[in-house]
Amino acid sequence: MPIAREREIHIRLEGVQKSFSELEVLKDINLEIQNGEFIAIVGESGCGKSTLLRLLAGLEKPSSGVIKINESPLQQLNTNARLMFQDGRLLPWKRVIDNVHVGIPDGKKEKAREALCNVGLENRAKDWPRTLSGGQKQRVALARALVNDPNLLLLDEPLGALDALTRIEMQDLIESLWQSSGFTSILVTHDVEEAVAIADRVILIENGVIRLNRQIDLERPRQRTNLEFRLYVEEIMDNIMKRKKSNIHPLKQRILTASM
Amino acid sequence: MKQWINKFSIKIIPWLVPLLLLISWQFLSSIGVIPKRILPAPMEVIQAAQTLMSTGELYEHITVSLGRALFGFFIGGLIGFLLGIFNGISRYSELLFDTSVQMLRNIPHLALIPLVILWFGIDETSKVFLVALGVLFPVYINTYHGIKSVDKGLIEMGKAYGLKGRALFFTVIFPGAMSSILIGIRFSLGVMWLTLIVAETISSHSGIGYMAMNAREFMQMDVIVLSVVLYALLGKLSDVIAKYFEGKLLKWDI
Repeated sequence: MPIAREREIHIRLEGVQKSFSELEVLKDINLEIQNGEFIAIVGESGCGKSTLLRLLAGLEKPSSGVIKINESPLQQLNTNARLMFQDGRLLPWKRVIDNVHVGIPDGKKEKAREALCNVGLENRAKDWPRTLSGGQKQRVALARALVNDPNLLLLDEPLGALDALTRIEMQDLIESLWQSSGFTSILVTHDVEEAVAIADRVILIENGVIRLNRQIDLERPRQRTNLEFRLYVEEIMDNIMKRKKSNIHPLKQRILTASM
Repeated sequence: MKQWINKFSIKIIPWLVPLLLLISWQFLSSIGVIPKRILPAPMEVIQAAQTLMSTGELYEHITVSLGRALFGFFIGGLIGFLLGIFNGISRYSELLFDTSVQMLRNIPHLALIPLVILWFGIDETSKVFLVALGVLFPVYINTYHGIKSVDKGLIEMGKAYGLKGRALFFTVIFPGAMSSILIGIRFSLGVMWLTLIVAETISSHSGIGYMAMNAREFMQMDVIVLSVVLYALLGKLSDVIAKYFEGKLLKWDI
């Protein structure tokens, strides 16, 4: 359950379309995101999911259509949002603590230290980024993204390059920080299981349009071995792979119709 | 203990070969295998240095040469650095200047010596001009290239985190270009000495190069060799200083 925040954020995408010269990446995206929601966007590579995230961050402008943040159209950099990338993108010439500090240009060092504490790396504050492992780098990047207490956390496949174990650790960390801080979060991932494990709602983008918008009604913490969990994963996978409906297990169909 | 020996040997080993050469040179000279007219013995070179030091001549020549080198380096380095920065950041500046700089770069600056002598005579200006010209291009190229090749992902990150203008430059772009800029500086230090030696040898009435040319008139082999040794020492010294700054400025990378 999202906790109450001083500043709420409601996002609405209306007919968002984005082309790069001839190539139409996003065709007609209509989507509403509630305050405090955790959304996962999945899809094959090149389907436009990362572009959608960049539009939401305000790094790019839609070719047509509008993104409304709290009912006002997003014109420039989205100051409500913080973006986390697949490759940590830490500045190698800044120590860990100073990298976190980049997230609050005029803030106090104390806040950076606190953010580093939240990701469990307070003892590495004085180290150079190159001495960290891949997972630790992403923790620092997460601390940097959250240090300014953003309303919206945008995650661009941040766990894609990590090994399976570190990945699950990071998913748990992101989930618990989300639960305790109540920010709204949008995760782009190619890992359907990850999406089902962490998100309130999974959105499948295909050829630039939303093909599936599935609410995940599972209790947290979610058990990956749970049958319902597997069925959600399978349903989304089927949609990605365009498997025929007839292949679906009868039990699954029953559960799915019940949940709809 | 073992570590201490290791550290010690790292400092010593690079000097073993020069030392060995020096000893055999001295030995061969003293038994007469190397005639004095061809190459004076190391001890004679040291004696020449002592004589020139006692008259204050050596000190004066070194100061004059060092002054020219540093002044020319400062001017050329500064122009090259600023041009590199501007052309690296601004598309318009790049369009306007880069082609011209690239054209000038391909002229060997030493080929301009006759022209430079006619323009400035053989006093200080001509040497400083040549050194500045020689230093400008390596600093320019490496600064420009360094700025251009800063990781685009880091720049995007900086922008996404609200950095722009000066903050973006000093947080992301400049530190990202630093290692390349330092390579340019180190390389241009070599160009600086080379240019100075040539300029001083061809036309001058002071400086180390002049000292060597003057000694040739009087067949003072020891002074000529001393000049060569001085250039080697000064070159090594500037390299050591450059390396020191590299270590300081790039400590995140070592």
